[in-house]
Amino acid sequence: MSQYIDPLLIVALSLNFVALGVSRIRAVINAVAIQGMLLGFLPVLVHGQIRLRGMLLVAVTVLLKGIIIPRFLIHAMREANVQHEVKPVVNFMSSLLLGAVGTGLAMVFASTLPLAEEHAGTLFVPASLSTVWAGFLMLTTRKKAIMQVLGYLLLENGIFLFGLLLLEAMPFLVEIGVLLDLFTCVFVMGIIIHHINREFTSIGTEQLTSLRE
Amino acid sequence: MTAITNQIIHVLLAITVPPLLLGVVAKTKALFAGRVGPPLLQPYYDLIRLMQKGSVFSTTTTWVFRAGPVVALVTAALAALLVPLTADSAPLSFTGDLILLAYLFGLGRFFTALAALDTGSSFEGMGAAREVTFSCLAEPAFFMGLLVLVKLSGSLQLSVMLGSTLAAHWPTAGASLALVLISWFIVLLAENSRIPFDDPNTHLELTMIHEVMVLDHSGPAYGMILYGAALKLFVFGTLIVRLALPWETGTLAADWLIFGGGILGVAVLIGIVESSMARLRLTHVPILLVAACLLSAFGIVLLVR
Repeated sequence: MSQYIDPLLIVALSLNFVALGVSRIRAVINAVAIQGMLLGFLPVLVHGQIRLRGMLLVAVTVLLKGIIIPRFLIHAMREANVQHEVKPVVNFMSSLLLGAVGTGLAMVFASTLPLAEEHAGTLFVPASLSTVWAGFLMLTTRKKAIMQVLGYLLLENGIFLFGLLLLEAMPFLVEIGVLLDLFTCVFVMGIIIHHINREFTSIGTEQLTSLRE
Repeated sequence: MTAITNQIIHVLLAITVPPLLLGVVAKTKALFAGRVGPPLLQPYYDLIRLMQKGSVFSTTTTWVFRAGPVVALVTAALAALLVPLTADSAPLSFTGDLILLAYLFGLGRFFTALAALDTGSSFEGMGAAREVTFSCLAEPAFFMGLLVLVKLSGSLQLSVMLGSTLAAHWPTAGASLALVLISWFIVLLAENSRIPFDDPNTHLELTMIHEVMVLDHSGPAYGMILYGAALKLFVFGTLIVRLALPWETGTLAADWLIFGGGILGVAVLIGIVESSMARLRLTHVPILLVAACLLSAFGIVLLVR
């Protein structure tokens, strides 16, 4: 089973670059959703036979990250009537290159970490670090609130990937708690997007600086 | 004996097949659009018709304008001799020929651009500028893909890099090879000015890239350009086929059948991409090419990690 892990992680990594390099919000939502689903299936591959709690975790993750949150975001996108991230703070080309540099550094850094025997050769840690980096880039450089939410989701995907290394040791409740947190955050941000949109007739966050009491 | 037979088949195929690829692409696109489309052999008829015509040369042009199509055709033909079609069929092969391959394309492009500039038309200059800009982004992607193959095979010779040892690397370094495959397909689309980079059918001046450079050529010169373009597509298609299907059966006929199926498959794939995608906005083209570079670079990183 474990020979499928690295190809899967490479697909997930490539999706980071799709998310960083594309301006259509719909495409970014799809990329993040597919990445979330792929990563959601990973526990099955990592641990061979998994018990009921593992199965439940897979089901909840895939359902939440692959279906519910993307649906919700697409709805928010329609509501706010935006299709494109027009002019990010750092342009698409530079964010692609920054993402690539981050991925390279993640590879170098991961090779210096003292990892457990079974994780040493895999792409787990570099994939996780570079996904976090890509999410962080999106979170900080995009102006549309909905893109920032997507950056946050990407960041969470990276953290989830890191958490997979500890799947055996981590209590089920913690994992589900994290997912619940994520869902609530996206939910709240959806409401915020709605309000920003109603207040300013656009969801560019740079408008927020003009807020007064 | 088989080596010589292989080389003879290689040369024959390299001469005859390229226009067929254009026909297959056109037919695939027609099928997708629900039309009957031009016959498969239409590019051959076009070539024959063009060769029988006379040429008109503007009085402002010099010998550079006439050299353009010839150089483009010759460089593409030489490139077709360097790339192995099956494991050891390349008639020309020596250490370091990968550099020659890349710069044969460079030379052809240089002369096409010069010929375009030689007409003195600002419109053609614009097309030349676009072509050169995009190709300087496509070249690193191509080279980094070659680097992956060099690293895997430990050789600087195309017929070894794309030869019989490649099949053994797929199980171990499949991820890198797959990344190079995707990257090279993007390079193929860019270098041969297909959708999403350029629409070979359009004559809308604001969006043309390659087509605009050859507007002033006519008759046999234009025929040479068309044939050279078909050869270039054939060479890039061959690289993709060798990379994707390096397996050998041991029998001559089966190997050539695999190659034939592969190259037609690539043509069909191009047709599918062209039917299902729209042209990219000109400002977005560099992003896709940079992404192709990153894919190749990522392939290298995975290998040396």
